[in-house]
Order: sequence, then structure tokens, then C-alpha cells
Amino acid sequence: MNAIVSVQNLSKTYAGGFQALKSVSLDIKEGEIIALLGPNGAGKTTLISTICGITTPSSGTVTVGGLDIQKDYRETRKLIGLVPQELTVETFETVTATVRMSRGLFGYKPDDAYIEKVLKSLSLWDKKDTQIRALSGGMKRRVLIAKALSHQPRVLFLDEPTAGVDVELRKDMWNIVRELRDDGVTIILTTHYIEEAEEIADRVGVINHGEILLVEDKAELMKKLGQKTLEIDLQEPASVIPDSLSKYQLQLSESGEKLTYTYDTNADRTGITALLTDLGKAGLVMKDLATSQSSLEDIFVNLVKEDA
Amino acid sequence: MNFQAVKSIYIYEMSRTARTLFQSVVSPVVSTSLYFVVFGAAIGSRIQSVEGVSYGSFIVPGLIMLTLLQQAVSNGSFGIYFPKFTGTIYELLSAPVSFFEVILGYVGAAATKAIMIGLIILATSYLFVDMTILHPFWMLFFLLVTAFTFALLGFIIGIWADNFEKLQLVPLLVITPLVFLGGSFYSISMLPEGWQTVAMFNPVVYLVSGFRWAFFGYSDVDPLISVAMIGVFFAIMVGAIWWIFKTGYHLRT
Repeated sequence: MNAIVSVQNLSKTYAGGFQALKSVSLDIKEGEIIALLGPNGAGKTTLISTICGITTPSSGTVTVGGLDIQKDYRETRKLIGLVPQELTVETFETVTATVRMSRGLFGYKPDDAYIEKVLKSLSLWDKKDTQIRALSGGMKRRVLIAKALSHQPRVLFLDEPTAGVDVELRKDMWNIVRELRDDGVTIILTTHYIEEAEEIADRVGVINHGEILLVEDKAELMKKLGQKTLEIDLQEPASVIPDSLSKYQLQLSESGEKLTYTYDTNADRTGITALLTDLGKAGLVMKDLATSQSSLEDIFVNLVKEDA
Repeated sequence: MNFQAVKSIYIYEMSRTARTLFQSVVSPVVSTSLYFVVFGAAIGSRIQSVEGVSYGSFIVPGLIMLTLLQQAVSNGSFGIYFPKFTGTIYELLSAPVSFFEVILGYVGAAATKAIMIGLIILATSYLFVDMTILHPFWMLFFLLVTAFTFALLGFIIGIWADNFEKLQLVPLLVITPLVFLGGSFYSISMLPEGWQTVAMFNPVVYLVSGFRWAFFGYSDVDPLISVAMIGVFFAIMVGAIWWIFKTGYHLRT
């Protein structure tokens, strides 16, 4: 695996004694979109801030592009762009001036052609001479992205990019993220919207109380998500599952009133119709039935609950 | 060395000055003119001359110092306080810049603005009085070094302050009284003996005295001592800032 960002045993305890990160290890692959999912206060922003150099780690190491973020901060920071969670903008500056300033700060000479390209890709070009205070919240968010992209970073951190953003704009944002990934930029985004992680991430990490609880390919997670259960309430309790139904790997409740069938929604056949037919043939009478799905949300809630 | 970053910060800060040109330049000129009217005309008509220099001319170096210190401190503090206040400081902290480059950009711009205003006041004073500067090199030396030193002090205040009140506290309660009591409008020798000794503990006395010497060749203290003192202040400021960046005080968590 080609890790562009490697976090090893990273811990952070703030001056007040609060431990925001507890020995976190995480490798981020070049070119992927990884979503860090977690409730408020989980440590997502601290993790990002530490990698970007805003927060000093208490222990552990972080490398970006194989270089240490503290020893080789000049090289590593050039590789990183950061879009913060809060809409922190230079109120009285124009869009172009603030993006140009960002580029200079990262050591690059002015490049109006590149800035034009960035502003156009973010639909900001017709606002280029507008003072930032006159922009809407969504536009300000785009300005922050433009600033973060001003120095052509290879890794982009988006801290809660769609918090408080309407549905339309959220979809725009996802498209922007996908385009950036297509340009070869590695993207790390934090979110507490599961839907967002499902929509755009290649991998999903769940973080809570300063610990990474799970990091998995979204496809793997979706496979787990594809599992559905069918619960059948019987008219008369059964003592055993009839042999004719053995191929369905049913589970019988202790009271004998409920049968549970697990199936894969992604499979060609779910087997539900056959099961119901065979059920009748075996002489079992249904009273009621219900299906349920384990969503990413269930997995997430369970993980976070276990962790609490 | 990330020169591009220094340049960017500098240009950015100077463009802020350009945006607020009226209040940045016009107000100090107006207030200086008022000082000339009040001190130069009203009081000056009774004092006539100090150590052979007409009172109107005598107060010019003090007036320039007064504005220079106020401007250097307020620009230096505001430049770094504002990004902290709005939160845009995140970018500075995540950029590939060293503390030296950050200071060069912010403090350089704050000092430049203060020097510009100092020179404008000098030019304005020629409307009221006629004078020759005896040691122009030393005049510029004091102007430059004082502007940088106090812009550094302003920078420290800007980092220390966590609200607007604190930002105003030091300039209003420390700098202005020290300048007024530092012989801007009178010679220390005009004070009663006991107060002359007290005045020697006021750092601004050395700045005003050295600066005045550069104009008229007359000083309250030996100009070499003035040069040494300003060197000491400068070193203290640099030391304090080095500590701030080393520990991340009020900047990095």
C-alpha cells in the first residue's frame, strides 16, 4: 500500500488535561477519499489539526509523503491543503486577493492562470473581485476550498465540508471532491453525516473518544449493509425447524414463535419467495412478517455505544 | 527561507493600510497639527526656546516619537490579533513558514506604516516651524529601530491579547503616559531634581533624547546611551517573541 499520510501512535493531551487523541494509527492511501466519521468531540478536528501543524502532538509521529511533519514541516505542509470547519475568512478582502495571499504563504509565486482555473472550477470566477463579506455561506466555503487549493496540494483535508450546507450545495460539494480526486488529490474529510461517507468515500474510518474504532473499505461495509433479515411470526409455536427448510439456515426463537432468515439483497435471488412457499408446504402458518436492514448508521451507533 | 511568504504577508498588510488610508494617514496629521497649535503656539509663546532651540521646533522630535510609538504598537498588535480573532490564523499556522518569516512580514509592514506616518508628520511640521536636521543618518536610525522595536512590542501584545480591550490596554495605559512623561514636550532638565531621577527609569526618555539629539545636537542623555538602550529593548522584544514561538504561547495548542 502506498501511504501518503501515515499516523503512528498519535496522542494529544491538551493543556487542560483533556485527552483528545489516544494513540491513533492510520494510513491514508494516495489518491483515495477517506471519510472520518464520528460524533462531535470525537477527536476528528484534533487529528486533522495535528497533521496540518496547527496542534502540536503530545506523542507519536506523522509523516506526509514520507517526511516527518515536525522535522520537515516546510516540505510536508506544502503537500497539504486544509479547509477548516468554521467559515474563517478575511471579511474585507476580495476573493482573488485572499487566494493569491494563500498561494504566496505556501511559498509559490503568483500564478494568475492557475488561480483563474481554481476559481472557475469552484464557480467563483464571477465573484473574483467581490469582498468576501458580501458572499453567501456556501460561497465562503468555496473560497476556503480555493485557498486550500491555491498551492496545488497533493493531500486535501476537508473538516466537515457540508456542515450546515443545504442539500443542493452538498451535492455540488461532493462533485467538487470527486473531481479533485480524479485530478489525483488525496482527500480526507470528516463528517458526522453517514450519508456523506456512503456517498463519496472509498474508505470509512469511525472515530470516537479519540480512538479509531474501525477503518474499512466502503465496499466491504456496504456488503455488511447488504445483509437483511426477515422475521416471520408464526401462528402456532414450532418446537423444531422442519428438515425441508434446513437449506435456508433459519433461526428459531426460544419461544418457537419467530423464525429469522438472513439474506443478501445484492444476490441474484434472495430466496424469499421459495422460503415462503416451502414454509406453507411444511405446514407452518404465518401471522406476520417484517424485514430489517443493518445500515452504516447501525454499525456506527453500535460501535459508538460499545465504546461509550 | 520562504521569501514569497514574507512578501505575501507584507503586501497583504500594506494593502490593509491602503484600504484605510484616510484614518491611517489623515488622522495622525490632524492630531499632530493640533499639538502644534496647542503646544507650539499657545504654550510656546510663553516658553520661547529650550537650550537655544525654539519651542515649536523642540517638540517636533517628541511629536514624531509619540505618533511613531503609538502607530508601531497599534499596527503591530492589530495585524496579528485580527487573524486570531477571525480564525484565519489557521492558515498561517499550517503554512510552511518559520517564526522569523512571520515576524518579518507582519512587523515589517507595521514598522513601514509607522515610519511613513512619522515622515509625514515631519513634513507637516515644516508647515509650522523652520529647522535643520543636524544628523540625518542618526535621525533615520532612531526612526527605523524604534519603529521596529515597538512594532515587535505590538506583535507581542497582539498575541497576548484575547479581547479588544486588552489590545487597547497597553497602548493607552502604558505607551501614551510614558511618551508624555518621557520629555516629548519638555526637556528632562526642566523637571525638579527628584523627578529627573524618576524619569531615567522611563525607557522613552532615551528614545526621545536620542532622536532630538539627531535633530538639534542637544540631548538629555548621552546619545550613545540612547543607542545602547534601544538595542537592549530590541533584544528583549526579540527574546520574548522567540519564546512565544518556541512554546506556541497563545498560538498553537
